[in-house]
Amino acid sequence: MSSSPDKLVYMANQIGKFFQSQGQDRAVQGISEHIWKFWDPRMRKQIFAHLDAGGTGLDPYVLDALQKLKQQA
Amino acid sequence: MSLIQEIDFGTPKSKSETMVTLTIDGKSVTVPEGTSIMRAAMESGTQIPKLCATDMVDAFGSCRLCLVEIEGRAGTPASCTTPVTPGLVVHTQSERLKTLRKGVMELYISDHPLDCLTCAANGDCELQDMAGAVGLRDVRYGYQGENHVFAKANGCDNDNWMPKDESNPYFTYDPSKCIVCSRCVRACEEVQGTFALTIAGRGFDSRVSPGMSESFLGSECVSCGACVQACPTATLTEKSVIEIGQPEHSVVTTCAYCGVGCAFKAEMRGEEVVRMVPWKDGKANRGHSCVKGRFAWGYTTHKERVLKPMIRERIEDPWREVSWDEAFGFAAAKFKGIQQKYGRDAVGGITSSRCTNEETYLVQKLIRGGFGNNNVDTCARVCHSPTGYGLSQTFGTSAGTQDFDSVEETDVVVIIGANPASAHPVFASRLKKRLRQGARLIVIDPRRTEMVESAHVKALHLPLMPGTNVAVLTALAHVIVTEGLVNETFVRERCDWNEFEDWATFVADPGNSPEATALQTGVDPKVLREAARIYATGGNGAIYYGLGVTEHSQGSTTVIAIANLAMATGNIGRNGVGVNPLRGQNNVQGSCDMGSFPHELPGYRHIAGDAVREQFEAMWNVKLNKEPGLRIPNMFDAAIEGTFMGLYVQGEDILQSDPNTKHVVAALSAMECVIVHDLFLNETANYAHVFLPGSTFLEKDGTFTNAERRIQLVRKVMSPRNGYADWEVTILLAKAMGFEMHYNHPSEIMDEIAALTPTFAGVSYARLEELGSVQWPCNEKASEGTPVMHIGGFVRGKGKFIITEYVATDERTGPRYPLLLTTGRILSQYNVGAQTRRTENVVWHAEDRLEIHPHDAEQRGVRDGDWVRLASRAGETTLRAEITDRVAPGVVYTTFHHPDTQANVITTDFSDWATNCPEYKVTAVQISRSNGPTDWQKAYDEQARHSRRILPAEAAE
Repeated sequence: MSSSPDKLVYMANQIGKFFQSQGQDRAVQGISEHIWKFWDPRMRKQIFAHLDAGGTGLDPYVLDALQKLKQQA
Repeated sequence: MSLIQEIDFGTPKSKSETMVTLTIDGKSVTVPEGTSIMRAAMESGTQIPKLCATDMVDAFGSCRLCLVEIEGRAGTPASCTTPVTPGLVVHTQSERLKTLRKGVMELYISDHPLDCLTCAANGDCELQDMAGAVGLRDVRYGYQGENHVFAKANGCDNDNWMPKDESNPYFTYDPSKCIVCSRCVRACEEVQGTFALTIAGRGFDSRVSPGMSESFLGSECVSCGACVQACPTATLTEKSVIEIGQPEHSVVTTCAYCGVGCAFKAEMRGEEVVRMVPWKDGKANRGHSCVKGRFAWGYTTHKERVLKPMIRERIEDPWREVSWDEAFGFAAAKFKGIQQKYGRDAVGGITSSRCTNEETYLVQKLIRGGFGNNNVDTCARVCHSPTGYGLSQTFGTSAGTQDFDSVEETDVVVIIGANPASAHPVFASRLKKRLRQGARLIVIDPRRTEMVESAHVKALHLPLMPGTNVAVLTALAHVIVTEGLVNETFVRERCDWNEFEDWATFVADPGNSPEATALQTGVDPKVLREAARIYATGGNGAIYYGLGVTEHSQGSTTVIAIANLAMATGNIGRNGVGVNPLRGQNNVQGSCDMGSFPHELPGYRHIAGDAVREQFEAMWNVKLNKEPGLRIPNMFDAAIEGTFMGLYVQGEDILQSDPNTKHVVAALSAMECVIVHDLFLNETANYAHVFLPGSTFLEKDGTFTNAERRIQLVRKVMSPRNGYADWEVTILLAKAMGFEMHYNHPSEIMDEIAALTPTFAGVSYARLEELGSVQWPCNEKASEGTPVMHIGGFVRGKGKFIITEYVATDERTGPRYPLLLTTGRILSQYNVGAQTRRTENVVWHAEDRLEIHPHDAEQRGVRDGDWVRLASRAGETTLRAEITDRVAPGVVYTTFHHPDTQANVITTDFSDWATNCPEYKVTAVQISRSNGPTDWQKAYDEQARHSRRILPAEAAE
């Protein structure tokens, strides 16, 4: 688990799992806010690049949250 | 300067609010009901002679020296055991009393050596003082009779005589000087709570005995020093006093070990520390100490301290000693070069949770203002960052809610993932005192720690499988909700009701019941239900927790689950209750407060907030970056990727303390410049290019903030051996990088912190001098600080319940790695051991051992003391096994105090979902017998030895 897209996908999904039980709207909001608040720009850039490349491995809410965050950026 | 002489009132203070007036020696005295006559007299300025009484323990009434006469009462009662009553008329001096006291002293002295001139207690002996006080001029009995003083009597061996016990490395026990006042025995029981000492024998045969006539070192004694402090003679004396002599001045300062933050008097001769004695007015420790703070300060003058700056181009080169200027110039040029080549964000730093608030503040200021990015983090990342996240989400602020005094009003104590007896010993003693008064204790921990079962301690134990905290806490909530134990009045008044209802529905799901989750958690549902009922209905319930909560992939979720429990039962917002994170290092709280996290400025305010950031920009006169920076684990990943190439580490050994050592080695090796600022050539320094010598807590002024949010002064008692205090080093490094910071004294740094941080607005050195210490928030609304938080309402407004779904960690056992490793601390060692390994504390713990259950050991043919190979998916190491049923079958445990064990080679880089706090507490492992160190350990040792070579400085021409 050291190559970075894999690790970031794993981290994003971990965040997603916490918010999952709060329902789609709150989960998507919670996930995107968390990543915006705590991830350094280079990490966000990498995960956005991964998203653009299809976002393989990202859980559904996480995918939505990242898309939302990318639009805001 | 002079020696601080604390007044000994003879008996403890009464907490009663009813006042009683009496007359002592013609003076009217008013004291609280329950006060002894001895204490009342002392409070009015009259010292009644005494030997067996001291205000750290309850009255005993054995020495018969404190006799007084009371009008209308027969006889001469002991003033220590006689409480005041209204209208009493007491005389402390009369012909009858004088004769009686002189007689008592004459008997004492007839069995005591008269070597006062050469005695270590000369100048600090209560027996000597009392002989003087009663006017003893003659001892009529001689020394020919039976005595405990001489090895030989009438040419034969004296069976009553006992040799000195010098087994403890820090103090000696000389039985020939003992007057059997039993102050040491009572201190061990009442203050420390260990019950290691007793009085053996009766009458003239009475002797102080550690355990069953064992040596101090061989007994249960934990070397807290309370007995030495209590001893009125030279019977129990610090070896440092025996060697050096009596101190001549003292300075009150704050211990630099754990998050309890004990206040000590550093007793000095010139610039030499004679001894550290706990300060009675210290509000965290109330006059108590542990073996680390009391005795283990020898590292401060250890020969391995590096006192000259050193540099090298490559980590394969030997170190070269240089001037400070050259070191700063070298470091600045490297960092600037890296930023030119890789960009502004390619460097960063780590603040220290061992350094002062002021030093931490300056390091983050250097990074944000000087480096121009927010790549600053602190070791709290790897311990209590989930506390910050979890408590700020639910309560609105990340700090613990109580002061330590609060435990005196607690009825039910819940300890989760913490072992205060080892890691926060002085708090543990205060807690045990409360347990002996009848409070109940619940311990949630995979191991049967000292808190589960020890002298006069018997907890309800929930021995869960590592990694299942959330499932257990949610099951507790399930019981509280489904059995109707919720404090609905509290929840309706203080919390968001809709969020509560969502949460209650979630926890009430049958899938969260203790019965349904028992298979995963391993906790007996009956015991779990009982624990929930006791916590919810047993009176004031307080939760204390440690790294066994936070250092998991669901660390933040667990903290939230704890907060949910406290809110649901109304156990928040008054004395005796609360949610209390036990912080690991002395200034973890402070380093977090001071803006050490990459996303927030001092006072926990997000860097993206324009208004706050602009205040800092105006004060610092520099434009700040509004993007969050890298956290420690992200720094390592970025280094391996090639986007993070320079790191300044103050007072932290990331290589030894961070998980997955191989990953850390790879990251550090990839960097072009690592600056280590520390006392010793630590493990991280093996991969460093610049070494800046650090100063100890004895060598600088500043403040530490303990686990109760208590800000306390650290006072300089000696000049820095390395030449500069750490805050000065950071200023000089910043200057070399072109970022000027001007402060003449740390108090000016605190003034800047107070000006920029609302919760610190009322804090200044003058205020700290005046109050002794203060708990933040300290501002206009709370000018004397805030001992208990969330009184009348939560900081965030309404308390927020959040659903805590259990997600099993991906670190799982399987056929190759069938056991779970969890890690922890031991009393005598501290953190990575850099300090304690350089003291005599190694007699208690010379190496890390692997605790393994007899069943697992037998399956693998492992015997006690055997070398075993411990392997995980991340790496392998070897250490020796200790077979014990403290751990459950399937679970193994070790400490991480020794670099040669390399426990973190084993731990993985799984981490908390919210904060990336590493999952130290769960690693799937396998154990097998071994012949000795692994290849990795040998290679590591070889690299370390190679890397620590130092070329002597070139002689001046």
